[in-house]
Amino acid sequence: MSTNVQLNSSTAKCTNTMSGSLMLIEALKQEKVEVIFGYPGGAVLPIYDSLYDSGMNHVLTRHEQGGIHAAEGYARISGKPGVVIATSGPGATNLVTGLTDAMIDSLPLVVFTGQVASSVIGSDAFQEADILGITTPITKHNYQVREVSELPRIIKEAFHIATTGRPGPVLIDIPKDIAIFEGEFSYDMPVNLPGYQPNSEPNYLQIRKLVEAVSRAKKPVILAGAGVLHANGSEELIKYVEQQQIPVANTLLGLGGFPADHSLFLGMAGMHGTYTANMALYDCDLLISIGARFDDRVTGNLEHFAKKATVAHIDIDPAEIGKNVPTQIPIVGDAKLVLEQLIKQDGKQGDNKEWNEQLANNKQEYPLVYNDSDTELKPQNILELIHKWTKGEAIVTTDVGQHQMWAAQYYNFKNPNKWVTSGGLGTMGFGLPAAIGAQLADRESTVVAVLGDGGFQMTLQELSVIHELNLPIKVVILNNGALGMVRQWQELFYEERYSHSKFVSQPDFVKLSEAYGIKSARIEKSDEGWEEKLKEAITSDEPVLLDIHVCKNENVYPMVASGKGLHEMVGVKL
Amino acid sequence: MKRIISLTVLNQTGVLNRITGLFSKRHFNIESITVGHAETEGVSRMTLVVNVQEEKEVEQITKQLNKQIDVIKVTDITAHSIVSRELALIKVMSTPATRMELQGLIQPFRASVIDVSRESVVVQVTGEPEKIEVLIDLLKPYGIKEIARTGTTAFTRGTQRSVKEVPISIV
Repeated sequence: MSTNVQLNSSTAKCTNTMSGSLMLIEALKQEKVEVIFGYPGGAVLPIYDSLYDSGMNHVLTRHEQGGIHAAEGYARISGKPGVVIATSGPGATNLVTGLTDAMIDSLPLVVFTGQVASSVIGSDAFQEADILGITTPITKHNYQVREVSELPRIIKEAFHIATTGRPGPVLIDIPKDIAIFEGEFSYDMPVNLPGYQPNSEPNYLQIRKLVEAVSRAKKPVILAGAGVLHANGSEELIKYVEQQQIPVANTLLGLGGFPADHSLFLGMAGMHGTYTANMALYDCDLLISIGARFDDRVTGNLEHFAKKATVAHIDIDPAEIGKNVPTQIPIVGDAKLVLEQLIKQDGKQGDNKEWNEQLANNKQEYPLVYNDSDTELKPQNILELIHKWTKGEAIVTTDVGQHQMWAAQYYNFKNPNKWVTSGGLGTMGFGLPAAIGAQLADRESTVVAVLGDGGFQMTLQELSVIHELNLPIKVVILNNGALGMVRQWQELFYEERYSHSKFVSQPDFVKLSEAYGIKSARIEKSDEGWEEKLKEAITSDEPVLLDIHVCKNENVYPMVASGKGLHEMVGVKL
Repeated sequence: MKRIISLTVLNQTGVLNRITGLFSKRHFNIESITVGHAETEGVSRMTLVVNVQEEKEVEQITKQLNKQIDVIKVTDITAHSIVSRELALIKVMSTPATRMELQGLIQPFRASVIDVSRESVVVQVTGEPEKIEVLIDLLKPYGIKEIARTGTTAFTRGTQRSVKEVPISIV
């Protein structure tokens, strides 16, 4: 009897008892989560009930896919984890594309899915899906909560895992009963993950090896990827590059990590990269990859990639080193910390003056080009104009395809964290919801969602969110009435057999936009003063949708066909 | 070439699924996989036998395994001094007339008969996979009805000899 009394009094000291769903809210508050993207449903009703008067900022997207892409856009711009809630079954499976996208582009997300009650898991209950099994290969880690008492620890671990090392999505599956059960809440436990010890400090000997290689190199080049942006290492990159006078090419996802107007910038590398960047990667004698993972869209045929070069690979993820390209100088570490070390070493500069002159020449001689037209709008021209009127300072989001490549080629990013695109997975429907997340992360910047007419129609329902929150996003549809990149490949590699790549019927995007309450305009070359119309829309402070009718058979050039080496570019000159 | 990878993992639900999923996702080939509790509570030891074309591949496998949150340690123990064992149960046709002959055949392998029926016996054998292969070959002419093998389980010996090329030992 007396023992009982003692027990009671000791528990009475910390009466932080609450339901699983309240624990979740409390944990999100402790993690300083600013916004949740979500969609309610049966299995998460307890969580949404707790959300009701929690004071948390929740955005109701019109589809779970929209929610998770918005969270990705938020994460990309804010650097903080994007938080998503979806219900069990279809709610959870609708997240699959976004999870895969975030996984391959290393974006930190913490995703909560509802699950049917513990007692019926495995019985094929209503809205049950094995989301743990489904998402194991497409998350950095995932959990199913078995005891309500584990919930705070799991959430804490999830935020830690999502944001440290190589960032990525973490999913927590919460059975409905766990959200209702009560337990003790505390959030000050240390994170204890013996199997997870990411290494961000580079090895000194490897740094020295690189410093020596640089001093010997006559044709060095840096390939800078998104890892530079994740590590906030842009300033250090510029400093290092200026110290050593090494030219820089960016990957698609790395754009903005090095200023496009810098004299040592070679442009984007890869399938639709610049001649100068690709020839530099082909010819170099020292390749320094920083936070890039040698995707096949960057390297082209590996047989010809940087074959004459010593390869130094700097990456936070040791598994990326040597995965695709043999590496002589492996450096595991955070890009910023590695660059800081390199700057500190202040190594002897290599004799690469001639190389730099040659590259500068190439830049002059082989710039990106397109044929302007008197009768049709050229998408490249539209992007140049958008760049002009936003002073190159806007946040640009895209889907995947021709418009994405034109945006990458012609927007000329000069600042970091302004570019949100689906690189690794190439997800249509990404750009519009990602713009919502990006605008919520940065209220000051102009956000331009550059979309194709195909991708726009995959997630256009999120226009509703733009209107609801009155986000001044500029939705720019480069409308060519087709799946442009598919059409381009069919033209070049399938004997112009345009199998199901042209839209026979399109809705009236202007009326559609107006139905959602968003101002809209159609722009065609034949319009009197179309340029003014475009300028007015891009510089207005309201949400706007522009349906821009562009040349229907414009192709993206230059191009390295898949299976070819970077030196086998076509369409370099007109 | 065959490589033996030993890993210690947290004993969480779904760990085996994560490991095997990783192999199929990355197009690696698992030859056998064994799992059981290790010396520490909450920790399991897994032994993976994989078939790889080149060195680079096994490096990628160990790196990817290391990335798993529940994986504590990964070691490619192929080139170490190791003890490795597999257990096999072999049901082989046997009439009273051939029973003694079988007995004599399996004895040098330190295998034993653990079940007898009118037409068959069940032979239990432990050892390295090569030894088991040899015994199976010897028993084949009698008519094998069923085989159940556990796959290799292994760890490093208490004392490591200086690096040797390929470990060969049949016992």
